[in-house]
Amino acid sequence: MEKLLNELSINGRRAYRFPDLDVEAHKAIDPSLLRQGSLDLPQMAEVDVVRHYARLSRLAYGVDDGFYPLGSCTMKYNPKLNEALSHLEGFTELHPLADAEHSQGSLKILYETVDMLCKVTGMDQGTLQPCAGAHGEYTGLKLIRAYHLRRNDSKRSVMLIPSSAHGTNPASASVNGFETVAVASDERGLVDLKDLESKLSDNVAGIMLTNPNTLGLFELDIRRIADMVHACGGLLYYDGANMNAIMGFGRPGDMGFDVMHLNLHKTFSTPHGGGGPGSGAVLVKQALAPFLPVPVAAKGLKGYSLDWDRPQSIGKVSGFWGNFLVIVRAYAYLLSMGSDGLREASAMATINANYMARCISAFFPIAYPGLCKHEFVLSLAAFKEETGCSALDVAKALLDKGYHPPTMYFPSLVHEALMIEPTETESRETLDGFIEALKCIHDKAYSNPEELHSSPATTVIGRPDEAEAAKRAKVNWL
Amino acid sequence: MHSYIPATSEDKRALLSSIGIEREEDAFGDLERAGALLEGPLDLPKGRSELEVSAIVRSASNLNKPGICFIGGGAQDHAVSSVTSAITSLPSFVTAYTPYQPEISQGVLQAIFEYQSIICTLTGMDVSNASLYDGPSSVVEAASLAISAKRKSSKIVVSPTILPQSMMCLNAWALGTGNTIQVLGEKDGRCDFSGLEGALDDSAAMLIVQSPNRYGLLESFDGLADRVHEKGSLLAIYSDALSLASLRSPAEWGADLAIGDTQSLGLGLGFGGPYCGYMASRQALMRKMPGRIIGQTEDSQGRRCFVLTLQAREQHIKRERATSNICSNEALCCLATAVQSAMLGPEGMKEAFSLSYHKAHWLYERLMALGLKSMDEGFWDEFPLVFESHKKARAFQKALGMKGILVGFPAEKESSMLMVAVTEKRTREDMEAFLQAAKEAL
Repeated sequence: MEKLLNELSINGRRAYRFPDLDVEAHKAIDPSLLRQGSLDLPQMAEVDVVRHYARLSRLAYGVDDGFYPLGSCTMKYNPKLNEALSHLEGFTELHPLADAEHSQGSLKILYETVDMLCKVTGMDQGTLQPCAGAHGEYTGLKLIRAYHLRRNDSKRSVMLIPSSAHGTNPASASVNGFETVAVASDERGLVDLKDLESKLSDNVAGIMLTNPNTLGLFELDIRRIADMVHACGGLLYYDGANMNAIMGFGRPGDMGFDVMHLNLHKTFSTPHGGGGPGSGAVLVKQALAPFLPVPVAAKGLKGYSLDWDRPQSIGKVSGFWGNFLVIVRAYAYLLSMGSDGLREASAMATINANYMARCISAFFPIAYPGLCKHEFVLSLAAFKEETGCSALDVAKALLDKGYHPPTMYFPSLVHEALMIEPTETESRETLDGFIEALKCIHDKAYSNPEELHSSPATTVIGRPDEAEAAKRAKVNWL
Repeated sequence: MHSYIPATSEDKRALLSSIGIEREEDAFGDLERAGALLEGPLDLPKGRSELEVSAIVRSASNLNKPGICFIGGGAQDHAVSSVTSAITSLPSFVTAYTPYQPEISQGVLQAIFEYQSIICTLTGMDVSNASLYDGPSSVVEAASLAISAKRKSSKIVVSPTILPQSMMCLNAWALGTGNTIQVLGEKDGRCDFSGLEGALDDSAAMLIVQSPNRYGLLESFDGLADRVHEKGSLLAIYSDALSLASLRSPAEWGADLAIGDTQSLGLGLGFGGPYCGYMASRQALMRKMPGRIIGQTEDSQGRRCFVLTLQAREQHIKRERATSNICSNEALCCLATAVQSAMLGPEGMKEAFSLSYHKAHWLYERLMALGLKSMDEGFWDEFPLVFESHKKARAFQKALGMKGILVGFPAEKESSMLMVAVTEKRTREDMEAFLQAAKEAL
């Protein structure tokens, strides 16, 4: 394994130099305001810094390294063009508080990105301030709250959330002070309308839905659901995590949704960076637009500007205007794909998923068989009964085959779940290779289950002791 | 066919036929049945080639005029080493997901573990998380942590001198939750703590202060932690990460929580993001922390390794009972901050601090000699220019802007002050040009 930075440190080494002070020095700062203790940071030579991180990067696995069928995460290829454009100095060197005359290009991109995203989703206005999907949820729910409060409807304290939803949904509702009430799924894997009916009241602020849902299934009753929730005075929130399934085929705004977020780091191909930064664009129908965070990028006769004059705004949700350099990448992607490309992306994401589901169903059962959208969920419960090998064992065995495993143990209503999302950017040969590897692991479980239990065998480390990590809680090198 | 989609029309036909579907529209029969199928194409132009997209985006970039940047207000133009930019462009780091599979993610996990260690060193705290969205979001998460840490609490007390964008985020956070924000008084550009004991009643969970503050001024928190703890509340101190190279650390002031942004340590300007919120706490608050935390452990053969740990706090396990809703964070920015820290080392960081300090004061004195107004000289790398009105400040900003010298308003509506920051990147020539333009503007 690679040493830690502090283990590589040698006193007196120095990598980076500044020019000498070219003005007269000022008097020293009042010592009571200064650090009392030493600053024990690594001391390194430049070449050693570079080699340390070069080695660490070889111990990471990205989309550039191989297939990443991580369900609900949309790990599609991240175009190099977008990386190059996001590094242009006109973007990287510009301060967010530069006045509008000096930032027309950036303001244009903010404005046009919102405009294009509205057209993809059938919404009216939006903000790019949220920095991630969960941050978008937080913002969207805040807008729902502001909408009800503006109407002096302060008793709406309940947020309905299907039991299959991503964990961020109930967490975001809770952070916003809503009481979360789960809505059951029926035997189709869709929202149970009877259960929904029983939970609707004038206390309901809204419902959060992912459509297609986390099982990869499109909510067939979506229009009915929208009517039911609207009839009781609630609003519909669309979690755009699965938008990659329907671009050009359906728009949340047409289905009855009032507010939504998109994960630009999923559907719009910006890279995940090992966990972030992302961008959680929030889009709304006109009725919610007055509450959007300030400022909003606007276009006028004198060019683009930031509009702060929005008296009903909820305020701000992040420091400036959002993760701008991420937004540049999504903007370039939207231009590259266009109306035809986005539609083709969703078509191929869906076709690829159905092809994989069809092939894999020959040996692992699909939890909810039939037409899926861009992802599907396997249930390995019976397989585990028969072989003693779990979904985790299968996932770890995939590491030895050179693949990133699918999402494990989610959604929780499927036992021993593996959730597979191939995306449109993978070739048929890649899909076939993965299917074959999975079949091989399946067969191995019946002939030699021990091999699965002890996998992975080819990675730099074996399975870590996670219980020990939580118990010891050694979270830094100090 | 599109550049990023490998399927040929032959592939597509074969895949469709193997799933028993004739036309691709039939794969969307569910949307049709639901009455949700879009008629006609999206109202966007058709896809474009690399050369066309490149030309459009480059022309947007050329419309920006970054100029000689003297803007502060929550982001400063500190140096980013070439190594930092190169390392944060390595494809395996850039295109990796959250390290859910530790066996193939040790590189990402170790890099974030090192980031956490650097944040603990700078702040003096015991535990750092693996980042939040940005500085203002660290303020919001601090408030949220405090409310959940103290039973029956519903109030956050805050200094008036935190960044205006943090204040706006905090007010938005409180909206509709039943929590309230009480702002202390302001005196000479610093927090006035005379009303502190009154504000810290039983409902109060935390005091949040900032230094260097929204005006760039340094504040003393001597004795503050004792006063806050006496009243049963927590203390959070917000600081610029680079400033902690030389300034008294939040732990040394006695704070329970250290929060802020690492923008000054390797992230550059980028028109406002991505930046990186940091949060570090005392041991006692570890299990209340929001977001991901990387921990050290061993594999079955006793080899040291790193994993996502203490996940029982998080949304994917605890759902509505999680400590926060955060999922994606700013991991690649953690990497940038760690690389930049390794490049600078302790001496380089202190030098960046001190160069910024001396240069900012050099310019400040000369601007004051021209008759401009500010607050006082107790600042680090940034100070306000205070005008009689927004209009006058705007006229001054415009006059300097014509010469390619950029100063900026704080992130709020129609302020009458301009924030001026001077970093180690600014030369004497840059500042002389500033002074010349200022003379002509007055």
